[in-house]
Amino acid sequence: MSSRPNALVLLLAVVFGPLPAAANCVLDISDHQIPITTGFAGRDVLLFGTVEGPSDVVVTLRGPRTEVVMFRKAQMLGIWVNADRMPFKKTPSFFAMASSRPIEEIASDSERKLHQLGAEYLVDLPRARGSPGVRETWKQALLRNMADQGLYPSSVQNVTFLGQSLFRTRLTLPSNVPTGEYQASAFCLVDGKVQSAWTIPLFVEKVGVEAEIFDFAHNYSLLYGLIAVLLALMAGWMAHLAFGRS
Amino acid sequence: MQIYLPIAEISVNVFWLLGLGGLIGFLSGMFGVGGGFLMTPALIFIGVPAPVAVGTEANQIVASSVSGVLAHWRRGNVDFKMGFVLLLGGLLGSTAGVALFALLQQIGQIDLVIRLCYVVFLGIIGGLMLIEGVNALRRRQNPAAERRKLHQHTWIHGLPLKTRFRRSRLYISALLPIGVGFLVGVLAAIMGVGGGFIMVPAMIYLLGMPTAVVVGTSLFQIIFVTANVTILQATANQTVDVVLALMLLSGAVIGAQLGARVGTRLHGEQLRILLALMVLMVCAKLVYDLTIDPADIYSIGTIG
Repeated sequence: MSSRPNALVLLLAVVFGPLPAAANCVLDISDHQIPITTGFAGRDVLLFGTVEGPSDVVVTLRGPRTEVVMFRKAQMLGIWVNADRMPFKKTPSFFAMASSRPIEEIASDSERKLHQLGAEYLVDLPRARGSPGVRETWKQALLRNMADQGLYPSSVQNVTFLGQSLFRTRLTLPSNVPTGEYQASAFCLVDGKVQSAWTIPLFVEKVGVEAEIFDFAHNYSLLYGLIAVLLALMAGWMAHLAFGRS
Repeated sequence: MQIYLPIAEISVNVFWLLGLGGLIGFLSGMFGVGGGFLMTPALIFIGVPAPVAVGTEANQIVASSVSGVLAHWRRGNVDFKMGFVLLLGGLLGSTAGVALFALLQQIGQIDLVIRLCYVVFLGIIGGLMLIEGVNALRRRQNPAAERRKLHQHTWIHGLPLKTRFRRSRLYISALLPIGVGFLVGVLAAIMGVGGGFIMVPAMIYLLGMPTAVVVGTSLFQIIFVTANVTILQATANQTVDVVLALMLLSGAVIGAQLGARVGTRLHGEQLRILLALMVLMVCAKLVYDLTIDPADIYSIGTIG
């Protein structure tokens, strides 16, 4: 499909690099940077864009891939202990989705799998030992636990259209959102097939004092420990000066 | 007012933290205990990850021990020689403890071990204190009861490396305080406590030290052991939250002063029974959490 880029597309292209091959859908986001500050208690992000011609739109927001380790508890002598562990390599730390119609009506299972429209298509079965059934159980447990923590919100939000070509949706980042580089993507589908997609980055970063403390604690951990002890020594001494003489 | 704790990575209400510090400080001032063994479980209950609770609490205990030891020093109640020998064991023990901590964290069992240590020690200490308190109360009503012999000679006095501790009026093997120090050091690292609640009885009953110098000497070595734990936890596991520690200790300093004032007006035995009941309650809550069927037997260990 050929398309004549309009001003917005050109602007976005300048900001975010070259246009995708079949660029008949464009996505932008209200904030390209989500700062995690002292008072961070979660935040909504507004995603909006245009699509040429009648089509369905699916918007996804995916966190950076990382290793997630799962544990399974078993009862030993009446106490529940972590008896088994299973690492999942390169698992998205966050995934949320919105669609213009129920996702099952828009695309077939195979199409969703192909374009990873859903957390279950993004998480690979663990590579470790065990039958496919056991590994599938681990994967379902991961999906369930991530959903419980609000990191894979299970409800698919609505993508609403304003007129024929403008669409918008709102996705929520919870207060425990992992930091890193996110990817927001819009897919437009006609007759159940993805015609084009557009992806833009979103940065979730700790900023301010707590970011500096966190970085310092990890990069200069010895100095951090010494300062922690020094602060405590001073606090104790001050407490003695203030109250100890009575 | 919410504050985001940079290492614990959770948002907590500031006044909650100050209040918690104040409450535990009040109890520790009233009962004359360190408070670490109450604070660490309290932090775990409010949702601070157990490893961060332990690392941070070690940091806070440095502060409370300093203000405690200064008061005892002025009264000459610190046996420095004994303190340094205990410390030698304590540094070895806490270093080993932090290494063990890192290993347990890696294999996903640290939470369980921290909780189990608390169950065992809170159960023992609470139980013993309750029995002692009830007995003392009975003895007060019936003063004719027998007194216990303080100093007995056992195999312990046959150990080598005999050393004279002038301030404690003792001539015992240095291995003994080193061993006690080591054990308490390991516990300090794993449980995030100063270990006074084990150190003090061990000094009195095992080493036979005079009661007057016990608390000051114990506090003296706790400063260095918890400082060592803080630095090692910070470097090995990055589990020391300075912001959390400062919040807690500001509350605790004030709470401890108030608590000490209230404590002097109450009877020792009743206090001890009260503290024992509280310790046992914390223990029961931990046991309950460990034994109820979890909502989901699968859980996320670490992300990233």
